[in-house]
Amino acid sequence: MSQDATDWIRLEGVRVIDPFRGQDQEGDVLVGDGTFQEPTLSPRSRVRTMSGRGLWLVPRLTDMHVHFRAPGQEWKEDFQSGSMAAAHGGFSVVATMANTDPVVDSVSLIQWQKAEAQALGLVEVVPIGAVTKGLGGEELAELWTMEQGGAGGFSDDGRPVASSALMRAALSYSSTMRHPIIQHAEDLELSHLGVMHEGDVSGRLGLTGIPLEAESAMVWRDVQLAALTNGRLHIAHISSLGALEALAWAKSRGLKVTAEVAPHHLFFTDARVDSPAYDTATKVNPPLRPDNVRQALLAALKTGLIDAVASDHAPHHADEKDRPYAQAAFGISGLETSLAAMITIGLGEAEMTPLALFERMTRAPHRILGMDYGGVVAGARADFALIDPKARWRVEPAGWYSKGKNSPWMGTELTGRVISTMYGGHWTLQEGEVVRCVQL
Amino acid sequence: MDLISLNDWSDDDLIALLDLASAMKAVIRRPIKKVPTLRGKAVANVFFEASTRTRNSFELAGKYLGADVINFQGSGSSIEKGETLWDTVRTLQAMRLDAVVVRHGASGVPQVMAEHLEVPVINAGDGTHHHPTQGLLDVMTVRERFGHVEGLTVAIVGDVLHSRVARSDIEGFVRLGAKIRLVGPPSLMPSGLESQHVAVYADLKDGLAGVDVIQVLRIQKERQQSGQIPSLREYHDRWGLTQAALHWAQPKVLVLHPGPQNRGVEIDSQVMEDPVHSAILDQVENGVAVRMAVLYRLIGGEGVSA
Ligand SMILES: [Zn+2]
Repeated sequence: MSQDATDWIRLEGVRVIDPFRGQDQEGDVLVGDGTFQEPTLSPRSRVRTMSGRGLWLVPRLTDMHVHFRAPGQEWKEDFQSGSMAAAHGGFSVVATMANTDPVVDSVSLIQWQKAEAQALGLVEVVPIGAVTKGLGGEELAELWTMEQGGAGGFSDDGRPVASSALMRAALSYSSTMRHPIIQHAEDLELSHLGVMHEGDVSGRLGLTGIPLEAESAMVWRDVQLAALTNGRLHIAHISSLGALEALAWAKSRGLKVTAEVAPHHLFFTDARVDSPAYDTATKVNPPLRPDNVRQALLAALKTGLIDAVASDHAPHHADEKDRPYAQAAFGISGLETSLAAMITIGLGEAEMTPLALFERMTRAPHRILGMDYGGVVAGARADFALIDPKARWRVEPAGWYSKGKNSPWMGTELTGRVISTMYGGHWTLQEGEVVRCVQL
Repeated sequence: MDLISLNDWSDDDLIALLDLASAMKAVIRRPIKKVPTLRGKAVANVFFEASTRTRNSFELAGKYLGADVINFQGSGSSIEKGETLWDTVRTLQAMRLDAVVVRHGASGVPQVMAEHLEVPVINAGDGTHHHPTQGLLDVMTVRERFGHVEGLTVAIVGDVLHSRVARSDIEGFVRLGAKIRLVGPPSLMPSGLESQHVAVYADLKDGLAGVDVIQVLRIQKERQQSGQIPSLREYHDRWGLTQAALHWAQPKVLVLHPGPQNRGVEIDSQVMEDPVHSAILDQVENGVAVRMAVLYRLIGGEGVSA
């Protein structure tokens, strides 16, 4: 069906779950000129009316941790495939990690990434700049200059800022800025050669383990440095009990410390590595953990100790996964399952309210990345996902938009499906198909 | 049917296989060893990691049964030319083999290959995972000497963490009713042992007290470089199997070693050569018999008369 770009859209009887305003109620939503409008307004433009009965409208789903691989590793992903995957997943904002080739450690690359995304018009990309030049771990990158150019945070993700002195310097410097230092916490000596969680499954499979302490030891160091410097620290993909304790300690002291958790750490355990055995789709860093840790992470997300959910979308080419487990690439392609996985586990097992769950996927990442957004209010950019909360579907990565088909959810049945996504007043996804339009 | 780890097989299958291996041993002790049971069958030895001993043992086992055995040296060839493992699998599939014997440095490769290949896959050792024919030959050697396995106490001494032999021995001996003790430095013990019905000892004297069998694992020099042990000398002083240490075990204790041995490090020469206690040469002979039994069982063939 053809749609005139100037048409206004009225959704009737949709359940609006808006964490930005803390409201969850059924009503009508009017969109025109790229923004939400007062529903009572009678516009001069033509209005297309759609029923939203039985659907949920969630404004501006945000994934604050994705790898779009460009520049330099376009065989894994690029801005087009990544943006389409984001739209398919219901997201209107994503933050892209800096571990590309070359590394995003300069303002020119920040601007190039933003321009790439803008030209596609499918999702807003907030580039994360590197903390250290070339991810070398030796000299700080030009954090302030990158922030001026649009960087939404700083991370050497893929590897930690290992040096305590440099981490202190980065956190200290970040206290003068609006955006956080995002740490991939991993003591590389403790995790050396490790390919999965260290425990009875790794012992049985004869795979080298990564102990929980490889993460928690560094998180404890980092929260102490956050206290020392009053810096902004965000803990990426938290996955250990000790790190949760460190996070609680930091928050009880009023430090500017936040954390995200990835859906796969909430959904799977290390037993999944053995079923089917040595499935490289399960290889991810930090690794899938035992069930007691998984449950603790889920509980911490529910209480709000963990602030946000982020997919750590890490697409790889099949050849990089079709290897012996020890030699396969780390990472899970997560953008196209994140929302449904969270509806399934967050609303199901954890019994969170939809408002609380979506807060972790909308408002929380905005707060962490220092971004402002009003929610579903007149004048705010019309970014939202329409979700069928009851739809059950089987994960088939072959049909995904992401180039990365590496998913431990393959063949799993999930609940909750994104029907349509709107970004800046334009449909980027309609009836499950990405709409490839260039934004005006 | 494949042989990836001993737990793939039922208790009955394991016992039947050990009995069959004894029959095979009688065959190889004949002046003319060849029996034509696998004539016309082709077995590939695919070794991505060098191991002359195990490869020769499989090759002899196949040839004694009349099979054609071809050796693929994985490392240094196609794998390093960018061919993926699954390309190799497809190549093997196309060769219409009857069984594939795989040795690989990475845990899990034989298992994943078995899922892709229609013909039986036999694990000849994968990473730090399993080495089931070694486990079988160790069980066979003990069973031969004692007449049974049930009720015996077996101490496995050394670098259990990095040992595929230890994992297969644990499976084999536990399945047949023996008790397992693991003895060695805590830095070389895997995690999650609680779930495996084994007792762990750091002290050699405590660990060997009254045991019936001692399996001595090879200690690699790298363990010193990676900081897991201070030195080979200190390792020998604390965990090396000396004649004096043998006295802590029961008087008829049997000593095994999967080879190759570092004499003077994990085991002393006198212990290795002790005619009463050392079963190291029996292990080599039984290795061929066990591999004959495995090939026969997996590929099928005409009946064997012992
Ligand atoms: Zn990371």
